[in-house]
Amino acid sequence: MHNTRRLFLKGAAAAAALMALPRALLAWPDKAFKANSRDDAMQALFGTTDSSESSAVMLNAPDIAENGRVVPISVSSTLEGVTSISILVEQNPSPLAASFDLGPGAVPEVSTRLKMGKTSNVIAVVKADGKLHTAQKEVKVTIGGCGG
Amino acid sequence: MASGIRIKAKLSGDQAEVKTLMKHDMETGTRKDTKTGETVPAHYITEAKAELNGKLVMTANWGPAVSKNPYFAFNIKGAKAGDTLKISWVDNKGETASEETTLS
Repeated sequence: MHNTRRLFLKGAAAAAALMALPRALLAWPDKAFKANSRDDAMQALFGTTDSSESSAVMLNAPDIAENGRVVPISVSSTLEGVTSISILVEQNPSPLAASFDLGPGAVPEVSTRLKMGKTSNVIAVVKADGKLHTAQKEVKVTIGGCGG
Repeated sequence: MASGIRIKAKLSGDQAEVKTLMKHDMETGTRKDTKTGETVPAHYITEAKAELNGKLVMTANWGPAVSKNPYFAFNIKGAKAGDTLKISWVDNKGETASEETTLS
């Protein structure tokens, strides 16, 4: 009887340790990257689609991308307590393109280059203090970037 | 360099402005090879990390929609000359690369 109790306690401790793992050691958000819609991607990544547009999230993207294979995108935010910045390309087969987790010392500002299959809304989602803040912009694409 | 990772880091006040370019095909897995007609298998960086003096400051989770030879720029507060900046990545095939530089 005591053995079962010990086993149970060990299991509970292991489970607790697993829950406490820092974000860095958690697996790549596979489900979010494979989601086929903006809502499914957000649900998989954040556990919710609740978000609000915010002028404290600045999304820099070209009005027209001549080459859909390389579209420069920058996101920055003046919000405090930013823990992550994610970028979705709504019309891409899998909308979630990138998600950045900010550690201590990281300034809430990222720049990268994404592939866009066709003209689409680009959405920046900034997670700060547990809430989601968004900004979006339509980027026109003249030559698609998915290699089709 | 062997890692294929290029790092440009500029100290501005107490911030390090980091720009990095990583050599990688970032294949989506939907492109057809024009010569063979075969679909080129997906091969892309899934995670890139930036560490300052061994402490993780930024993790980039990427999907195949990130452009070929990914460009990534970000800033770190509280950085100073002599600090070590390490950029590393792992891709969906388990391949890895990393590069270190000293801030000056």
